Amino acid sequence: MAFHKINVTVNHEPEQMVVPSNMTLMQMLRESLALTGTKNGCSAGECGACTVLLNGEPVNSCMVLAAECDGANIITVEGLARDKQLDPVQDALIQAGGVQCGFCTPGILISSRALLNRNPSPTEEEIREALVGNLCRCTGYVRIIESVKKAADMKPHQT
Amino acid sequence: MAEPKIQNSSPVGESTPRIDAREKVTGAAIYTDDLQFGNALLYARIKRSPHPHALIKKTDVARAKALPGVKAVVTGEDFPGYIGLYLQDRYIFCRDRARYVGDPVAGVAAVSEEIAQKALDLIEVQYEALEPVLDPEAGIRPDAPLLHPDLGKYVVAGFIYPKAGTNISNHFKLRKGNVEEAWDKCAAVIERSYRIPHIQHVPIEPHIAIAKVDERGEVTMWTSSQSPFAQRNLIAQSLGISQSEMRVISPAVGGGFGGKAGVSMESLAVAIATKVKGHPVKLRLTREEEFFTAFVRQGLSAHFKMGCDKNGKLLAMENCFYWDGGAYTEYGVNIARAAGYSCTGPYEVPNVKGDSYCVYTNHPVGGPMRGFGMPEMHAGLEQCMDELAAQIGMDAVEFRKLNCLKTDSILATGGKIHPIGLEECIQKAANAVDWGRKSPASAPNKRRGKGIAAMWKAPAMPPNAGSSAWVELAEDGKVNVGIGGQDIGQGAFTISAQMAAATLGVPYEWVRVAAPVDTRYSPYEWQTVASRLTWSMGNAIVNAAKDVRKQILDLVAEAWDESPDELDIVNGVVISYKSEKETPLKNLVIYGLPNPDGRGWKGGPVIGRGNFMPKDVTGLDAETGQGEHGVVHYTTGAQAVELEVDLDTGRIEILKGVAAFDVGKAINPELVKAQMEGGLVQGISSALLEHLQLKDGFPKNANLVDYRIATSSDIPREMQSIIVEVAQDDGPWGARGIGEHSMVPTIPAIANAIFDAVGIRLEGPPFTAEKIYLAMLDAGIVK
Ligand code: FES
Ligand code: FES
Repeated sequence: MAFHKINVTVNHEPEQMVVPSNMTLMQMLRESLALTGTKNGCSAGECGACTVLLNGEPVNSCMVLAAECDGANIITVEGLARDKQLDPVQDALIQAGGVQCGFCTPGILISSRALLNRNPSPTEEEIREALVGNLCRCTGYVRIIESVKKAADMKPHQT
Repeated sequence: MAEPKIQNSSPVGESTPRIDAREKVTGAAIYTDDLQFGNALLYARIKRSPHPHALIKKTDVARAKALPGVKAVVTGEDFPGYIGLYLQDRYIFCRDRARYVGDPVAGVAAVSEEIAQKALDLIEVQYEALEPVLDPEAGIRPDAPLLHPDLGKYVVAGFIYPKAGTNISNHFKLRKGNVEEAWDKCAAVIERSYRIPHIQHVPIEPHIAIAKVDERGEVTMWTSSQSPFAQRNLIAQSLGISQSEMRVISPAVGGGFGGKAGVSMESLAVAIATKVKGHPVKLRLTREEEFFTAFVRQGLSAHFKMGCDKNGKLLAMENCFYWDGGAYTEYGVNIARAAGYSCTGPYEVPNVKGDSYCVYTNHPVGGPMRGFGMPEMHAGLEQCMDELAAQIGMDAVEFRKLNCLKTDSILATGGKIHPIGLEECIQKAANAVDWGRKSPASAPNKRRGKGIAAMWKAPAMPPNAGSSAWVELAEDGKVNVGIGGQDIGQGAFTISAQMAAATLGVPYEWVRVAAPVDTRYSPYEWQTVASRLTWSMGNAIVNAAKDVRKQILDLVAEAWDESPDELDIVNGVVISYKSEKETPLKNLVIYGLPNPDGRGWKGGPVIGRGNFMPKDVTGLDAETGQGEHGVVHYTTGAQAVELEVDLDTGRIEILKGVAAFDVGKAINPELVKAQMEGGLVQGISSALLEHLQLKDGFPKNANLVDYRIATSSDIPREMQSIIVEVAQDDGPWGARGIGEHSMVPTIPAIANAIFDAVGIRLEGPPFTAEKIYLAMLDAGIVK
């Protein structure tokens, strides 16, 4: 097995990692960095529970090889809150009651943040579209969609 | 008497924020797969039967054992004990016979998942393929191959009736009045059959268990579980150890829906761990395995006959259900029972003949899923109600209101129903979709329709399913609540804190729930199933909190030389209405209060306990299903939808979905509504999209691309949840459950709306665009 040395920024901290070539970004985050907020629901790019921001874009981290992330900037759910202050998408999700079992929640929050970064005031249609890859079996999505609308109205903060 | 300075504001009935929300949105919440076990951790994989039905002739594990990195290989030979909840009909690993594609035949523990997987290929199993049973109605024929020749010898619960020498693992009978004589008196009679396919729970977190056995043979298991106590009961029993030698710890659960109740894959991890003492062994199902090797929702073949008089009064029903129970029906037998005693739906019917058969098939193991047989059963029943109403010339809502159970109505099982708000639910759901008014379609190629369906469901459980709780006053005056019930997303921890706070007289924010549930420290709870926690565990929490309150008031009364009747706890302060003295709760544990005579102190930790067991449940007669009080209660309600059918594609769009349920009392209204929304969407998903395809016993779509569940783009434009509150006499503040009910009437409500739109009915869900289009073609609606 070949190993690769990579430099990445994870949640605003620089990290130097040595990763085997078959290791996924999800495994690197969960296993090597113990950032277990990113969830594994399928390991096949089908559920969105493992969504992280890779250079600002939401990706299924189970479908990305860690070795390909050299130089990348990665944000996981653990990196959304800054100085104990929740990101508006987190605050809004609590307020809207969009959390049940919570297993889809990290992926949902990352996709919501990515949407608001590229489109600060999305329509209902655009929100539904942006979340289509994040499966949630508990909530029926209503409150999640509501929360993104709410977050869009809140004062943005720096991520 | 002095006026109380502060008013107690009870958090019960308030939509307090979820107790676990912050940890869940920050990624801090710990789920089973997030636990760290260090280098001693081994990984397990399971060798599974490739045949739906086969005898196992020979198993050779020598080559697998020799693979470097493999630490243990086990087979059925190592574990002779049976296991099962209501019927002990399975081994942990197959011994002589495999009964479904995926049946575990061997297990491997190795230093990595890759090596464990490689080892599976080195295990050689010789099978002799047998003819499979692939349909429940075929399975009951006398010449059908027998799946369980030993059925007559299995240990079984007293209220389950297996028929030795057949594939019938339970036959529930309901007999009331005389249906034969009633048909002649009917002005309208209809007869219909439906098939409901297998579906799966699809929790976003797949099943996972890590088990470790120490040198003394004591077992610890970490697992995502709805049933830590039932799992330890059943697994310990199967391995021949006692309950206290096993400990089950269950961190946050990433969705359950029934699939993580009872025992499915957890025993595999424990069994393998017994061979590698000291090593934690992790078994995590792949998404593919999740689809067909844990539990699935049983398939159903249902036949209904029902009739009413000229005024629309139901006179008779004759309903027969054949449940496709799968390879093992240890849990499923009770689904057949529940559907049997509930087979009339929430209606008063004087003459009833009901038969519900649980049948072994060579399909995945059927188990509990949200609704426990009710969504499947109501799918047909509630379409029949519409058809019968039409035949007698009545409006579907009026017909339901006429026949539905009202307070003190006589049940088909005998006895009377408790106070019930079903009629109100039906009316409110109907009003919310503007029932009786046809609104224009949004485009010329679309047809619009409305549909409604009602439901009932009782907690299906043994008559002695118990709950317990402890409540502890901590040093800072705050409160810990210990429970063995699990928060699977429904909000059980949140309402536990609300109930404890309200009973005790402290702010909601002061209450912590002692999580994770850990059978060593948490008090006993039967299982987190049957929508029973708010009611059953809630009662236990109230009892425990009352106990603490009494201990505190007695203690303070003695120290102040007053009567406890003059004292109260308000916002965490003990006050006297008589002397106007007060002391905060935080004074009690560490400091205590001096005795009035100056000698000694009173105080220290205060711990209260409470439990609850259903009080007066009676059995149901084996031949007639009759009994005074067969279940603890029924939650009832209705859903209504408005939808559009696209004539060009057959695609259905749900425009509006309304749910109205009588929850007795909403302890936390927003959490109740969240259950109604989530259930409605899961119901829509099962109505329009879901079908676990089993071709000759082989699962064909065990992935999230080919088995689609509802996404954010599939939900109704508009949803409305209506809470009706007719108090449950033995519920805390009058509450009864709501978790499962919210997906029970969805399939028939949609089916009835499709009929209203385009005049077609299908044999069963999912109502895919293709099926709808073909049916419209058949009916000449499109060309
Ligand atoms: S775990 Fe990556 S998409 Fe499901
Ligand atoms: S909250 Fe459970 S999957 Fe979304």
